This record gives sequence, structure tokens and C-alpha cells, in this order.
Amino acid sequence: MNYTRSLKDATVAALLGLVLFVPIMGLVLDGRSLVYRFPRVAVLVAAIFFGRMAVSLLAQTQVAAEFAEAMAPFEAVWRKIKGQYGNRAPLFLAGLAAALVIFPFLPASSNYLIQIFTLSLIYVMLGIGLNIVVGLAGLLDLGYVAFYAVGAYSYALLAHYFGFSFWASLPLAGGLAALAGCILGIPVLRMHGDYLAIVTLGFGEIIRILLTNMVWLTGGPNGMSAPRPTLFGLVFTAKPAAGETAFHQFLDIPFSSSHRYVFIYLIILSFVIASIWIFKRLREMPIGRAWEALREDEVASKALGINHTTTKLSAFTLGAAFGGLGGAFFATAEGFINPTSFTFIESAIILSIVVLGGMGTIVGVVLAAVLLTLMPELFREFENLRMLFFGMAMVFVMIWRPRGLLRVQRRQYEETGHAG
Amino acid sequence: MPGDPVLAVEQVSIRFGGLVALADVSFGMERGHITAVIGPNGAGKTTLFNCITGFYRPSSGNIVLHNAKRHYRLHRMPIHKIARAGVARTYQNVRLFGGMTALENLLVAQHAFVNRHLLPGIFQTSTFRRQEQEAVERGWFWLRFMGLHEVANREAGTLPYGQQRRLELARAMASRPQLICLDEPAAGLNHQETEELNALILALKDEHAMSVLLIEHHMGVVMSISDHVVVLDHGAVISAGTPGEMQRDDRVIKAYLGEEESAQVPTAPASGAS
Repeated sequence: MNYTRSLKDATVAALLGLVLFVPIMGLVLDGRSLVYRFPRVAVLVAAIFFGRMAVSLLAQTQVAAEFAEAMAPFEAVWRKIKGQYGNRAPLFLAGLAAALVIFPFLPASSNYLIQIFTLSLIYVMLGIGLNIVVGLAGLLDLGYVAFYAVGAYSYALLAHYFGFSFWASLPLAGGLAALAGCILGIPVLRMHGDYLAIVTLGFGEIIRILLTNMVWLTGGPNGMSAPRPTLFGLVFTAKPAAGETAFHQFLDIPFSSSHRYVFIYLIILSFVIASIWIFKRLREMPIGRAWEALREDEVASKALGINHTTTKLSAFTLGAAFGGLGGAFFATAEGFINPTSFTFIESAIILSIVVLGGMGTIVGVVLAAVLLTLMPELFREFENLRMLFFGMAMVFVMIWRPRGLLRVQRRQYEETGHAG
Repeated sequence: MPGDPVLAVEQVSIRFGGLVALADVSFGMERGHITAVIGPNGAGKTTLFNCITGFYRPSSGNIVLHNAKRHYRLHRMPIHKIARAGVARTYQNVRLFGGMTALENLLVAQHAFVNRHLLPGIFQTSTFRRQEQEAVERGWFWLRFMGLHEVANREAGTLPYGQQRRLELARAMASRPQLICLDEPAAGLNHQETEELNALILALKDEHAMSVLLIEHHMGVVMSISDHVVVLDHGAVISAGTPGEMQRDDRVIKAYLGEEESAQVPTAPASGAS
């Protein structure tokens, strides 16, 4: 048995524990003075030391080896499942889509659940948009929330000042966000890596600060209301205003608040499915290949006739368009927006979705978006620990899966044209 | 077709601050010939290449590419336009798109020839699909030509070095060039791989009437396959002619073996026939 190794393991663990627990447990704020409580730190660190030692020693015994052997068949089964279904991403997505369409009609679903899923879907859309910029074109964008904000505010402003309906503002919100993406793209054409990240970060902040301070236009920190969607002119309210017909009156069914949630959910779901489909196509199109070539080697791609100006701008523009649509959906789902919804942390979460899911992947990004939005809701009781778990999850993914939950499956081409 | 120029380099000079990297370099290239540029280290070979392919802009002088239909003044064009005019290149250090498969690398090279519009691609119209199919077939053709068809669907970055070199050559050819510029194609290859490479470059010339501009330190390659040799030293052309003539030329021998001790035939693992 290797005692020195166990001793080393235990020492390292104890030191880590010491670093962690001195500020957390050792210093207690009492009124205005700090009270030092080192005995309890000592107890904890000692527990960690001996615990880690015991685990380390146990792992070297016969019992542990036998346990590992006993688990081997399970691992084999898992590998077999993976081998059989590993390349079935389209099947998986189709099944998931079907389940998601049926979900709001199940008796178990509540307004609350539907709203959470709506939020997840918005993040899937944002993840896909940022995946174009970061995953495919390799342009690190830390201010993606700017386009989300532009989309949301375009939607609310158009409705507020011009009385545009949901269906008229939606494409305009996407278009305006795309324009913002193009405008951001021009000054950063010559930038790479860190510099690009800093400029995009600044852009995100500028947009948020503008929205906060242009009180005459946006209402500033008070925010503004955004209209709810309509279905062929039918509104989703209990008592429609004069001249409007409500959905439940039209169908002659009793009013239920869930109609509106289900409706918004289904619209967003259909847009997300369309976005996934478009993203998949983009990846296999000349423009998608040009993005990836740009990511892999900008110089070599230019020397093959790829115009890096238009290629970069198109990545920013298309990515931003998805962000803008996501923003418009967010505005209509919430019914109210203000600048606090568009802080840097949102950019960070969307970027985490792309990085955790696997850059350039679809299934990975969908999974990560759902996980990162559902988890905080599921564990609401542990709200204080949320960032801690978030950070831990991040660390573990980076250790075990440095390239994200899933890796990109490159398209495989059949050999053709043997005669040539 | 003798007497049919594909490239004319006319009195090209380039200065970096006070350093004159190229001084009044002039030479011509025949279509369908292999032209080699040789010279000691620091003679300006790669600088010349970078001028032709648009990476550097010459301080003065003209570089003209003659196409069947028109002339391109390369010294005034950005890199991607030069590429589209028909100049393809490889690099001293391989620069593939490592995360993409070998075939995808060749599809990127055909970017100028496929339907790049957004909507036809998203809805996969029949013209779009036909053009994609043509590009894929051309990709397979060049992969077979270079003996890479078995690794077509593997990521380029995972291929062995010799295959990466050939893939780079295939990628350059897939962009349908008039002129292909090879920057030390034999660097880092062993004897057998070098022989194979010679055969491939000759096949490009013989079977595809390709004009090849070559920088090479490996004299074995230069002497056995080139039709015309241009010798650079200190940024100036000191001699030009057939490989045989160059081997007997006093100025060339002096540049390589004379005054400067450091001017030995470098880097190539086996120094071959020189």
C-alpha cells in the first residue's frame, strides 16, 4: 500500500480545506468586530485530513478493486448504449421536439412550469445565436446580451410608440438587432481574441447604460411594458378591450390564464426548432465553412479567396439576429422589461451555455441551455448556493470535458465520382 | 505552349524601414513550367512569395498575372482577390484548417465557385445542391490524386505530417488556380516522401498543365523537377536559367559557398544532389 501517496492526498485536501474554511467558518462577524473561531476550523481540517486519508487508503485495498470490477458490466452496458445511439442526434432532437410540443397539454404541467420552459427555450435560441459567433466563427463575444437587449427594447418601443403588433414587431426586432450586430462588427474587424472580447464587453455595457439613461425614450430604470402576442388578432385576456375579441370568446370556452402561456410557449418552440434547423444548414453551407475556416486560420482562409470582412460581418449579423428574436420573445413572455435584465451576467450565462454545451454543437447547446435555466428553478431553496454550484459544475465540466458536454460530429461525406 | 507567360515580376522592391528586402527583382514565368526560386538564407525568397500572394505590398514595381482572358495587377490587390484571380499557395509551416475534415478543407478552397447565398443554402435548392455536389466530387478527385481518399473524413489536424503537406497541396489545387506557389514543400519530409512529392508536382505540371512556383532549399528537388531556376541573394536576382546552367554558374556557387560562411544549404534533412 502506498502510504506516502495517501499522506500527500490528505495534506493537499487539508490545505484546500484550510484555505476555504478560514474565511467561511473561522471569521465571524459580530456587530462591527471580527471574532476568530479557529478551533472549529481546526476540527474541520482535521476531519478532512483523516477522511481523505481513509478514502485514499481504502481505494488501494482489495475491496475497492473488487467494487470497480463489479461495476465494470454497467460501464460496458453504458458504452453499448452510447455506441448504438451515439450518432442519433437528429432522432434525439425530433423526439425531444415532439415531447416539448405535447408537454403543455399534459395535466401535470402548470403555468409555472410552462413559463420556466419558455425561458429555457429563449436561452436555447440565444445559445444558438452566440454559437454562430463563438462556436463557428471563433469570435469571442462577451457582449452578446446587447443584441438581446436591442431585440427586447425594439419590440417594446415599436409597440409603445407606433402601436405595432406582436407579429409586426418580431421580425423588426430581429432585423434591428442584426443591424446592431453589423454596426458592432465593423470596428472589430481587425481585432482578435482578447481585444475583441474587451470591445464586445464594452459594447454590451454601452447598450445597457444607454437604455438606463435615455429615460425620455425607454423609461430608464422604470422599464417599459411589452405587448402580449395575439393569434390572428385574438387577444389572451379575460376581458378584452372594446373592439377586440378574446381567444376564449372566439372558441366559446371558459377563460384560462394558461392559454396565453401555452400560446407563447408554442410560438417560441416553433421558432427555436426553426433556428436549430437553420443553424444546422448554416454549418453545412459555404458560409458556415468559411466561418469555421476563419476560426481555424484566418490567414490561410484569406489566401483561399475568402473575404474575411463579409464573413466576419455575416457572423456578427446573423448571430445578433437570433439574439434579437430571443429578446423580443423575452419581452413578450415577461410583459415588462427593464435594463437590469440585460447585465453582463446574462452574457456570461449565454457564453457558458455555448462553452459547456460544446462549441459548434446543437444538442450540446440545447442541453446546456436547459440545464442552466432549469437547475436554478429546481433548486430554488438553495438560492444562496446557486453561484457556488454553478462554479463547481463549470470546473467539473472543464476537467472532464474540456471541449464541452458534446463534441462536434463532423459531417461525413460519401466518396463520389470514381471515374474522375 | 512556349513563350506564354503566366506571371511577370517587374522590378519589384520592398523596404522594411531601412532594410531593403527585395531590390529590383524581375523575372518571368512560363505557363505550364516549374520555376524554382533558390538562394541562401535571408535572400528574400519568402518575401518575394509574400509579395506575389498579397501578404506584403511591394514598395515599387509590378507583379502581373496573365490569365487566358485578362491581366491582374497583383501588387494592387488584397489577398483574397489575388486568390480568386488564380494564385494558390502552400506554407512553410502547414496551415490547414485543423478542426475540419480533409474534405471540408477542400470545400473551403472552392468557396469562390459554390453558391454562397444564404437562402438557397438554407432551403437547399436544386442548383445549390448540384453545385455542392460538384464541389464534393472535385474534393474527392484531388484527395485521390494525392492519395488521401482514405482519410477524407478525418480531421485535418489529426493527420500525420506527410499527409498534411499533401492535403495542403490538394487544397491549393482545389481552388482552381492558374499558378500555384509552394513554399518549401519538402521541408520536414523524409527521402521517400520527398520522392513522392516530386512525382506529384511533376504530375500537376504534366497532367494538369499547372504552372508551379517553388521555393526550395532541397537541391535534389530543385534540380530534378524545375524547368527554370531564379537565384536570389541579398534581395536581388543574381542569375537565372536552367538547373544545369545554375549548377555551373560562378555567381551562384559564390553566393552559396563563398564569402558568407553561414550561407550553406540549410534545414532540409538530406541535402540531396547539390
